[in-house]
Amino acid sequence: MSEGLSKLYRLGTGAHMYGRLTESLSNGLKAPFRMVFRRGHEQPIEEDLWAVKDVSFEVEDGEAVGIIGRNGAGKTTLLKLLSRITEPTEGRAVLRGSVGSLLEVGTGFHPELTGRENVYLNGAIIGMTRSDINRRFNEIVEFSEMARFLDTPVKRYSSGMQVRLAFAVAAHLEPEILIVDEVLAVGDAAFQRKCLGKMGEVANQGRTVLFVSHNMSVVSRLCDRGLWMEGGRVAMQGPMENVVREYLASGGGEAARYDAGDPAAAPGNDVIRLRGVRIRDGDGRAVSSLDARRPIFVEIEYVVLQPRPLRTALRVASAEGVILFTSTDADEEDRVGVDRPPGVYVSRCEIPANLLKRGMYFITVSSSIPRVMVNFVLDNVVSFSVDQAEAVLDDNRVGLIAPSLAWEIERTARVDEQMALRDAPLAQGE
Amino acid sequence: MRDSFVEIRPSRGLGKLGLSELWRYRDLTYFFVWRDVKVTYKQTIFGGAWAIIQPLLLMIVFTFVFGTVLNVQTPPGVPKPLFYYAGLVPWTLFSASFAAAASSLIGNATLVRKIYFPRLILPLSAMGSNCVDFLVALSFVFVMMFAYGIGLSWRVLWLPLLTLMALLTAFTMGLLISALNARYRDVRYAIPYIVQVLLFVTPLMYSSTQIPERVRPFYFLNPMAGVVEGFRWALIDAAPVPGPVTLISAAILVPVLIAGLYYFRNAERTVADVI
Repeated sequence: MSEGLSKLYRLGTGAHMYGRLTESLSNGLKAPFRMVFRRGHEQPIEEDLWAVKDVSFEVEDGEAVGIIGRNGAGKTTLLKLLSRITEPTEGRAVLRGSVGSLLEVGTGFHPELTGRENVYLNGAIIGMTRSDINRRFNEIVEFSEMARFLDTPVKRYSSGMQVRLAFAVAAHLEPEILIVDEVLAVGDAAFQRKCLGKMGEVANQGRTVLFVSHNMSVVSRLCDRGLWMEGGRVAMQGPMENVVREYLASGGGEAARYDAGDPAAAPGNDVIRLRGVRIRDGDGRAVSSLDARRPIFVEIEYVVLQPRPLRTALRVASAEGVILFTSTDADEEDRVGVDRPPGVYVSRCEIPANLLKRGMYFITVSSSIPRVMVNFVLDNVVSFSVDQAEAVLDDNRVGLIAPSLAWEIERTARVDEQMALRDAPLAQGE
Repeated sequence: MRDSFVEIRPSRGLGKLGLSELWRYRDLTYFFVWRDVKVTYKQTIFGGAWAIIQPLLLMIVFTFVFGTVLNVQTPPGVPKPLFYYAGLVPWTLFSASFAAAASSLIGNATLVRKIYFPRLILPLSAMGSNCVDFLVALSFVFVMMFAYGIGLSWRVLWLPLLTLMALLTAFTMGLLISALNARYRDVRYAIPYIVQVLLFVTPLMYSSTQIPERVRPFYFLNPMAGVVEGFRWALIDAAPVPGPVTLISAAILVPVLIAGLYYFRNAERTVADVI
């Protein structure tokens, strides 16, 4: 499908990027002379950047491919090339079937137009025909849960509402090949889940999907095959699960830690602000690949600004999205919430050794004032993989977790005694 | 949209104009025009009346400055306001369409960066809402003619052709400028300047009969000169019959348009990177 696809960019100052008329004219004039004088010691232009270089891969009909990699690895450029927004510098790609691409939800939304009008406009922009939109209009509105605000100008919508409407339109685009860039990183948690469900549906309908995401949980769930990009090239491709595991093992784009950054914009409110979340092993190292035989520590660091009864919680989910358990830092004190004086805190949770099976895990953290309000929820904010093939507990056994539980083994009778007691019950005291 | 087979590769040479693809995306063109029409007059008091107000205000100014103060000669027996208005209607269509088409790529930069569609749709659809305005403004000519007691003649049948010529001129220029504008931001500053220069070399404030005989053939190479005088001739018989020079300027438009289309297509390949 794609053979040695490459894209060269010239980097530099704004003037360079845009080009100025005079510059281009003078370059044109100088060009013949440059041929004469510069030949032989042609200097490599340092400002050249191959955003995508020699990317070759093939996607089968109906396959869902997840494209992962660090920021700037060329994922979005690759999608731009495949969706024909920009032309490749070298190489070729062949797409068989109608192509729909969503590099952004709500592209072309016009703030002055109403929700209804924007459904039509945005639908047409992402490639639906007028009759497509007419046919699916009710479905779109129902999906967005925005029927009441349909005749309100979009500029009066909250950003969450805009995203809802935009995604509802996008979700009803039905090309044979769907190209999606990280569009699920928006909206509230409940709506995100709904969107994920829809994406899963699309992938299961036998449509071909190319999906870029930083969310390892999502790609592992939705995609069959993975493409890991690094510095514009393909670092690895293969079954999604394997690619994700390798990617995380390599440092995984800091998947094992999350820094909230700017305290003013960090998740939270004037009661509490999150500072970061980290996964550490028993030696205190922040790692994303852990040994199943050793405990795993999850650290949630936050600033308490007002003394209120607080509860910090974490939830562990598997790559398939199954929630394994939820635990809170108020559990041990057996209280709903614990008053904490203002200050910087770290809530550290120990996930015991020999509990998790081999695989990928995703952690959601939240903080709340129980029964009053939720301060923040960050879905799948960090992830890690549990490895160690020689774990005490092999991973072939059935079940979501493989805890090492306490067993007591007691011999209650001898064999000859049992022969004698053949008709007696096996164990007394029931 | 409904391509069953797409090959993506670096294009070389002139390539194809991709007009059939343009046709497949006609719904998008329709929605862009529809958007512009809806948005233009949202949250305005006068709404669609603006289409008339703009040329009407210019008409009043022209009638006062050129008709009264400078006492410019206009064809005898033709009310001056009508003379100016009849010229301003196609001029407004041209200047607004040209300006809209010229800044269409830049104006829709976010779309261009995120979505694929034939970029030609942008300058093309940018002119659409001006056509609606034009029809409104034109209908007011008829109202004025009725008020002045001037009847229609068979010559109005030429109006569609003259309108088409105004649109083609605007499109051709807009096409070139929009592609240049995406790459070289200098061009943006040239747009109002170009319109201003054309305003003076088009017979809006005066009649083309005042142009010296020797210069007239060159003067009419400006397609808009032929269009404006053509409108006056067709509506109120206030200008000479459009001559062969107008035909020649129309004939010149065609190759320039085709060259412009190729230039635009060529720029289109990388426009998402530079915009």
